[in-house]
Amino acid sequence: MKYVDEFRDPAAARHYADAIARVTTRPWTIMEICGGQTHAIVRHGIDQMLPDGILLLHGPGCPVCVTPSGMIDAAISIAERPGVILCTFGDMLRVPGGQGSLLSARGRGADVRMVYSPLDALALAQENPAREVVFFAIGFETTAPTTAMAVLQAEREGLSNFSLLVSHVLVPPAMEALLSDPANGVQGFLAAGHVCTVTGYREYEPIARRFGIPVVITGFEPLDLLQGIYLCIRQLEEGRVEVENQYRRLVRPEGNASACAAVDRVFRVRSQQWRGIGEIEASGLGLTPDYEPFDALVRFPGTAVLPEGQTSCISGEILRGVRKPCDCPAFATGCTPEHPLGATMVSSEGACAAYYRYRRPLEPA
Amino acid sequence: MTDKPSLSFSCPVPHSNSERIEIAHGGGGLRTQRLIDTVFRPAFGQSENDLTHDGAVLEVSGAKLAFTADSYVVDPLFFPGGDIGTLAVNGTVNDLAMCGARPVGLSTAFIIEEGFPMSELQRIVQSMRTAADAADVRLVTGDTKVVERGKGDGLYLTTSGMGLVVASKPVSPERVRPGDVIVLSGDVGRHGMAVMAAREGLGLEPPIASDCAPLAAQILRLIDEGIDIHCLRDLTRGGLATALIEIAHTASVTMRIADSTVPISAPVRGACEILGIDPLYVANEGRFVALVPAQAGQRTLDLLRGYDDNAAIIGTVEMVDEPGSLTLETLGGVRALDLLTGEQLPRIC
Amino acid sequence: MCLAVPGEVLSIDGDDVLMRDGRIAFAGVVKRACLAYVPEAKIGDYVLVHAGFAIAVIDAVEAQRTLALIEEIVAEDGR
Repeated sequence: MKYVDEFRDPAAARHYADAIARVTTRPWTIMEICGGQTHAIVRHGIDQMLPDGILLLHGPGCPVCVTPSGMIDAAISIAERPGVILCTFGDMLRVPGGQGSLLSARGRGADVRMVYSPLDALALAQENPAREVVFFAIGFETTAPTTAMAVLQAEREGLSNFSLLVSHVLVPPAMEALLSDPANGVQGFLAAGHVCTVTGYREYEPIARRFGIPVVITGFEPLDLLQGIYLCIRQLEEGRVEVENQYRRLVRPEGNASACAAVDRVFRVRSQQWRGIGEIEASGLGLTPDYEPFDALVRFPGTAVLPEGQTSCISGEILRGVRKPCDCPAFATGCTPEHPLGATMVSSEGACAAYYRYRRPLEPA
Repeated sequence: MTDKPSLSFSCPVPHSNSERIEIAHGGGGLRTQRLIDTVFRPAFGQSENDLTHDGAVLEVSGAKLAFTADSYVVDPLFFPGGDIGTLAVNGTVNDLAMCGARPVGLSTAFIIEEGFPMSELQRIVQSMRTAADAADVRLVTGDTKVVERGKGDGLYLTTSGMGLVVASKPVSPERVRPGDVIVLSGDVGRHGMAVMAAREGLGLEPPIASDCAPLAAQILRLIDEGIDIHCLRDLTRGGLATALIEIAHTASVTMRIADSTVPISAPVRGACEILGIDPLYVANEGRFVALVPAQAGQRTLDLLRGYDDNAAIIGTVEMVDEPGSLTLETLGGVRALDLLTGEQLPRIC
Repeated sequence: MCLAVPGEVLSIDGDDVLMRDGRIAFAGVVKRACLAYVPEAKIGDYVLVHAGFAIAVIDAVEAQRTLALIEEIVAEDGR
């Protein structure tokens, strides 16, 4: 596959790993904040190629994992209403809220359908005028434009049976919340390349300056990740603090203007609950007043969105990068993908699930 | 300086152990294993090895007969490359072949929902006849039941098969040894992606076709050529990884395969990339792995390449170890492959 | 987050900016994606597709530069 295979060359990857080892003279802690990058790192064994002393942390970059359980419960309660078709991305189906998952709701008779794109949900609304189609709109800034377009097309076509349950989240506020915690040990950041494809990376400059942390916009293939890590370590070793763009073939400083314009038209920034972390100001999206008719919570009044409860799992600390999955006493014993205690084990992109599938029990001899 | 948000740790209470059957119990992964271990084996089985292999071998008056059963609940019933009928015939023929047996006869039981179109039933039955002829086996007996509208999902098929074991030594996980070579008969991931794309209306062009096919000819050829096959497994739900993990657990061995050696066709690769699916766990219906002694590896590969250019040696059995495991050599290192807990779903993330 | 894959634009349909879509090839398989956010995309371009939408056109020149940088590192290490 073009633009994929060239960036997966194993020989080049090994040379890059050697180059990283050569420039590394001290231990460094680097965080990535993208479930897709976590997945790629663990799938290809990128972290196994790094010198000891480079600690790669997985931040709250999985939109499925950070969706508040109250929102999942709201989705279920909407799905259980007669006549509703609730559409969701595949990886959201098995995530339990406080009351079970969308999959178990489907098992009880709710019409829950998996879609690949918000436009598939829109098509269902067009094909089923007598049904209410609700799309569970989760995801970071990469996905928000796709939801926005579904709304704009619905508006254009005068569809009255399509609405959204919105739970979009934003990366930079999460980074700031993490870095504001004095206990955090993050020294460098790999920024999510696909998010930045949409948003550009100007927002990261004040964060880098304020916290004195190098930020490297990084892609997803093995060579992208290795190059991003290399550039980040170079900055750390040389004492520089810059926002550098490794993913130049797709990320421009200003991002994608038409995508951002669509998001700005349909959504406004608001405060948001992050599962396992709590409320972060200005870190989520809600519909603007003009588009409130498309808000499922307005269309189905009485749908409660309950706040997070308190339990003993440490997924919050894992998402904030202060602990790793293997630090948790329940990891792989009381807490497994089959019986997850927290969001990070529930989703296959979660740090704990990724570790469970890909790393246990092999630690290098 | 903004106020620091008050941070708390919140996670859901875990699911309690299932009191009801869930979809995952039919997935072929961990939950299915659990169901077999906790419900079926205590009632029916005698040892660890009963009920887990593809079929049973029975000694009847000096002859070794292979006996297997399977049910088919595929949705959609018709997909590119086949239908529920082709699946049923080939699936059972293949289970018998995996015991080192020449298939002799199949039975099929139909559970049909009231209102099911006669034309579709005819299509399926014709597919079964065509598949049986291609596999050189006869459909000799069967049964039909009709259930009320709304209670049957169209059509369910159950097949049983009987075959004559022609391998001179038993073909089963007990015979797996350290040093054995793992030979894969062809590229993986076609059936699962074909069915998923058809069911979810993914609009892939050209549509990915299932690899549904009989495997008896290849197996009988290996046996004829004197290959001392230690173990065979056809890859079905749960894919290549699940098949090898199951053998590893039953045989108490560790196995290692290399990511770069597993053949995957371009369309399957493309579909898996865009959906975020791991092809190692995607269902197949016309592929198998053979575990043979190291010195027979090349010959086995050469023979299988005669049927499919994509046949490949993908790994080895390393050593005897409890509880048995499968590891994958990746670009950067090595990782463990585990049974999935449920069906793989397309990712956004 | 953000599973997104590069694919080649084989054909483009529709004049309306909001509804423009195209057939995109990924390895051996072709799937439609909405091109509303890449109005500059032409047949033969490679686009990055996420959730059924092309969200950017790949800059071939930058891709080459990135690969060249990687080559430099590889060559240095080989010495």
